Amino acid sequence: MSATGEGRGDGGPVLEVRDLHVSFSGRQGLGAGLLGRSATTARAVDGVDLEVARGEIVALAGESGCGKTTLARAIMGLVKPASGEIRYAGRPLRHRDLREFRRKVQMVFQDPTGALNPRQTIYESVAEGLRIHKVSGEEDVLVSKALADAGLRPPERFFLLYPHEVSGGQRQRVVIAGALALEPEMIVADEPVSNLDASVRGEILALLLKLRDRFGLSLLIVTHDLGLAWTVADRVAVMYLGRIVEVGPAEDVLTRPLHPYTKALLQVLPEAGGDLSGRSILLGEPPDPTRIPPGCRFHPRCPEVQSGRAAELGMEERNRTEVPLLREIRPAHFVACHLA
Amino acid sequence: MGARRYLTAKVVQALFTLAFVLVFNFFLFRILPGNPAQILARQRRLPVEAVRELERDFGLKDPLPQQFVNYAGDTLRANFGISFKFRRPVGEVIQGRIWPTVLLVGVATIGSTVIGLLIGIYGAWRRGSGFDMGSLGFSLVTYAMPEFWLGMILLILFASTSGLELFPLGNIRTPGGPASGIAHLLDVGRHLFLPALTLILALLGEYALIMRSSLLDVMGDDYIVTARAKGLREAQVLRRHAVPNALLPTVTLVALNLGFVVSGAITVETVFSWPGLGLLTVEALQAPDYPLLQGLFLLFSVAVIVANLIADLIYGYLDPRVRVA
Repeated sequence: MSATGEGRGDGGPVLEVRDLHVSFSGRQGLGAGLLGRSATTARAVDGVDLEVARGEIVALAGESGCGKTTLARAIMGLVKPASGEIRYAGRPLRHRDLREFRRKVQMVFQDPTGALNPRQTIYESVAEGLRIHKVSGEEDVLVSKALADAGLRPPERFFLLYPHEVSGGQRQRVVIAGALALEPEMIVADEPVSNLDASVRGEILALLLKLRDRFGLSLLIVTHDLGLAWTVADRVAVMYLGRIVEVGPAEDVLTRPLHPYTKALLQVLPEAGGDLSGRSILLGEPPDPTRIPPGCRFHPRCPEVQSGRAAELGMEERNRTEVPLLREIRPAHFVACHLA
Repeated sequence: MGARRYLTAKVVQALFTLAFVLVFNFFLFRILPGNPAQILARQRRLPVEAVRELERDFGLKDPLPQQFVNYAGDTLRANFGISFKFRRPVGEVIQGRIWPTVLLVGVATIGSTVIGLLIGIYGAWRRGSGFDMGSLGFSLVTYAMPEFWLGMILLILFASTSGLELFPLGNIRTPGGPASGIAHLLDVGRHLFLPALTLILALLGEYALIMRSSLLDVMGDDYIVTARAKGLREAQVLRRHAVPNALLPTVTLVALNLGFVVSGAITVETVFSWPGLGLLTVEALQAPDYPLLQGLFLLFSVAVIVANLIADLIYGYLDPRVRVA
């Protein structure tokens, strides 16, 4: 089950994730330990395959708690996977390659205020990566260039300012400049605009698109916002409880979704003049990665199961027992659903 | 510039507090029961005429505003009056006893801060480890212990004849012992050890706990993750990003605590007969020696105000956000 996309990528994939699993054992507090409670294990990422091609923008979408942020952090080597493989530029990522990887793949966070050390000037923040990786060249020239590329002009004006002295949008540009300074091949952005004012969101997204066109950057954008995925992504991967349930070209996935979960997510998207009655709102228990249902993990909340369509097709038993795998239903459009 | 405005604001604030303390100090001792002249007279069984004369000499018959003007003027000229008990100027008496306290409080503050912060940092870094659990329990226990009680236990264990007799029971030096040179320093060090240890133990738990929680807080911040994701080694992440930011609340606490350290020194100095300001306060209270108490109160207040000012200035230096606010 491979999920190769065509997108706008040229050449092979920059990043490949193969059957990745990440689990957390609940931290046992002193009280729970004394009471003899056993720790629970959360399978935050539960067998994910994903590829990002050179110059491609992939949106990883899903509700909060679906494991998309954990997946991003595991890709960055910040969380240790329980099993599975991350391949970069065709080779498996090993511990000794991590340093080089951390130059080539940069991360941008949701909250630019938190992502910048409040005690460092903007210059220091942007220069830090250069110093860590001992990049050759005039440091201030490289910092200037990165700030200008991120749309902060004239760059010198920002050198000695502290993060709290600039606006939220400018702060996110500083974070992006810090990533660009290292001339990365890929940026993993975790909800890069959801903490910004609506007016600034468009600017930052336009910046990301421009960077892809100018530098051939690959982007993996983690988001809960399918509208954003629609705006910028070449491909969309929808994640539910630690697994990718649907992946394919953005337009195809968003206009002709195959998975009932994707359909439900799209139906709650507000539209101009739209009316919310008659839409299927997800019912049932909210997803809990410590108690993943057997079979299709979506079946307790699935509108198709609730409406009885699954039973008509004779799929109820299979839904409860067999984990659906990703199948290519339309060109490059994969879905993990027994009913599709 | 924001920095200069911040500095001026803080100094002006400190001066206002000082002025308030000055006024408060005057009325506090006017409210206290008893007439200083009578207390003085009773001790020496003076006739009534002599008491009247004393009252006149002390200016106690003057109207209150006049007394306040005299008091304020004298205080500003560093004239704090004559100690009842020691029959010498209060300034002189305090000067003779200030250095033992500075030594004790200084050593205790530096020792407890350094050890407490290190314990807190290491505990947070290795959260959940045996060291973390052990130091957490240790900090909570020492934090909860009254320092005079701890001092007495240490005395019994390490100084009394029923204990180990490793250290002297009290005082700052051996009577008739060496008065200068290395032998003198060693002698003072031996006397200093137990009272300083008591204060250090009493203080470091709090510092360790605050530093630990502050660091844990900071280590969850995105800029720490960013630094890690950029390839900064863990020890450097801690040194360059996490610890400097986690120090902010701790610095304030240490400086604010200086006032409590002085009051802690009162009990510790009493337990160890350490001839500093704490013991002097107790002696002045027992007398009662109003001019001396007044002088001591003023000094302690000034110490707290100065400590606060220093905290504000360090904070402003450490955190660029504060300078603008």
